[in-house]
Formats: sequence, structure tokens, C-alpha cells
Amino acid sequence: MYKVKVYVTLRESVLDPQGTAVKGALHSLSYTEVKDVRIGKFMELVIEKSDRDLDEMVRDMCEKLLSNPVIEDYRYEIEEAVAR
Amino acid sequence: MKFAVIVFPGSNCDVDMYHAVADELGEEVEYVWHDEENLDRFDAILLPGGFSYGDYLRSGAIARFSKVMAAVKQAAEAGKPVLGVCNGFQILLEAGLLPGAMRRNQGLKFICRPVQLVVENNETMFTSAYDKGEVITIPIAHGEGNYYCDEQTLKRLVENRQIVFRYHGENPNGSLAEIAGIVNERGNVLGMMPHPERAVDALLGSADGLKLFRSIVNYWRETHVVTA
Repeated sequence: MYKVKVYVTLRESVLDPQGTAVKGALHSLSYTEVKDVRIGKFMELVIEKSDRDLDEMVRDMCEKLLSNPVIEDYRYEIEEAVAR
Repeated sequence: MKFAVIVFPGSNCDVDMYHAVADELGEEVEYVWHDEENLDRFDAILLPGGFSYGDYLRSGAIARFSKVMAAVKQAAEAGKPVLGVCNGFQILLEAGLLPGAMRRNQGLKFICRPVQLVVENNETMFTSAYDKGEVITIPIAHGEGNYYCDEQTLKRLVENRQIVFRYHGENPNGSLAEIAGIVNERGNVLGMMPHPERAVDALLGSADGLKLFRSIVNYWRETHVVTA
């Protein structure tokens, strides 16, 4: 089994209305050092070992469904998990 | 002329859409569940608003993989009118039938109120009954209608006159170039955030949406009914 952690964020070029609001809130809490906030999504997939190439599979899943390439970027980490 | 109203789990403007076509327009219309694979018997396809699949992951992201979407693509390729309103627009974007994507509204609020639109292009099968530059009142009801596309795409949209409706006076959600509705290059797929199906009776605030449905019928008659 593998545990795959997928991070999806809005592209740098795309304004993030939620991030902008949260930055304002942090500033009002006096954390004026905060220059930027980007809000994204974190997904954890548990994937069984199979004949298919894991990297290729995860990339496909990210591009087809988990992220929208028009406005979002993704990255992922793969961990080998011990089956219980 | 026969319309299909596609119903996904979580659609909630399907009844309004049906009412607009059946009662106000007086044309044939049928609900079609999302697992249907054949839309050949229909002349036009309507994707209503709502929260298909709970808007999980992203609005429209899961609906685009439902069985009926392959048939919607076929209908679009065959040149039939395909109209997506609100969540229907979001589904068309996710499905790649229209370019771009939706972000959260700039003010982060869900906005539900009538807005003014300008008819930018009245030479489409959806807008021929409007005058060019006509200002109309149509309600919006969305939290993610902040349209985005890259510069190249925007340039193409402008050059091909694919921007059909723009917000007039104020931009409620932060949409790029005040975009409220766009068509594909061929001009037979329209996506728009405002709800024309909720503006078909003056008693209920506005009847400005009716011309959109009339335009579709006029187009269909011109291309399908042989006059003696």
C-alpha cells in the first residue's frame, strides 16, 4: 500500500480571494509580516500496489480530476504505508 | 422543438428551467437523469443550476464525468444548442466544452440578486431576439462565478466575439473582463452565470430571459422547418 499526499493550490498568476481575506485577518491580528496567503487543498489517497505505474497514475488523477489545470497547480508525495 | 433538462444529483434549478420551456415558451421538454447515454431525441440541451454532487472538490468537477456528459459532448459536436446556466456553466468549463475556470467570488459572498447585463453579441443562436447592446435584468445566485482565463484565451474570446453577456454598471463577482456568459468558437454552446430561466415573467421581476429561449426556438425553426 502507498499513501499519497496531494497538494492543490491556485496558480501564482491567479488571485486567491480567500487567501487575500485571510491575509487581511492575520494583519488585523498584528501579524503584519505576512506578505501572502494562498489557500489550497490537501488530499490523502491510499493506493494499493498494482502493475500500473504509480507516478503516472497519480499524475493522471491530478490532471483529470483532483486539480483544474486552468487555475491550479498540484504536487504530491508518495509514502510507502504498511497494510493493516 | 424538444428540449432536455439534464438533472444531476444536487441540481436545483431544473424545475425553473422546465417551467420556462414548457409554460412560458410552450415547447416540448423532458427531464433527463445524469446516467442517460443517449440524447439523440432532443434538439437542445439545458444544463441547469444547483450544486451537482454537492460541489465537492470543485463546482462541476464530478458532474463532468457522469454518463450523460458524453452525450452532451456529442450534441455539442453535432451543432445542437447547449445552454449551461450557473452550475451548468461550471460543468461546461470543467468538461472543456468552454474555456476558462471559475474562482470564488471576489468578495467571498454568495450573491443572490438581480443584476444588469449587456448583450455584447446578438448574432448568436441564443441572443438573436435581443438588440445589440441591450441592457437586460437577470438574477444571479452563486458563490463561484468569478470567471478566469489566461490572456491568450481572453484575446481569442474577444476576437471571435465569444463574450455574449457582460455585467453592466458593476462587476458583482470580480469576473475577468466583466464576463457573465461566453459561447464556444462554433457558437452553439453557451455558458452563463445569470439565470435566464428565473426571468421569464414580469410578475416575478423580469421577463428579459425569455428572449434567450425564444432565440433558440427561432434558430431551430429557421434551420429545421421548411417554409412553403
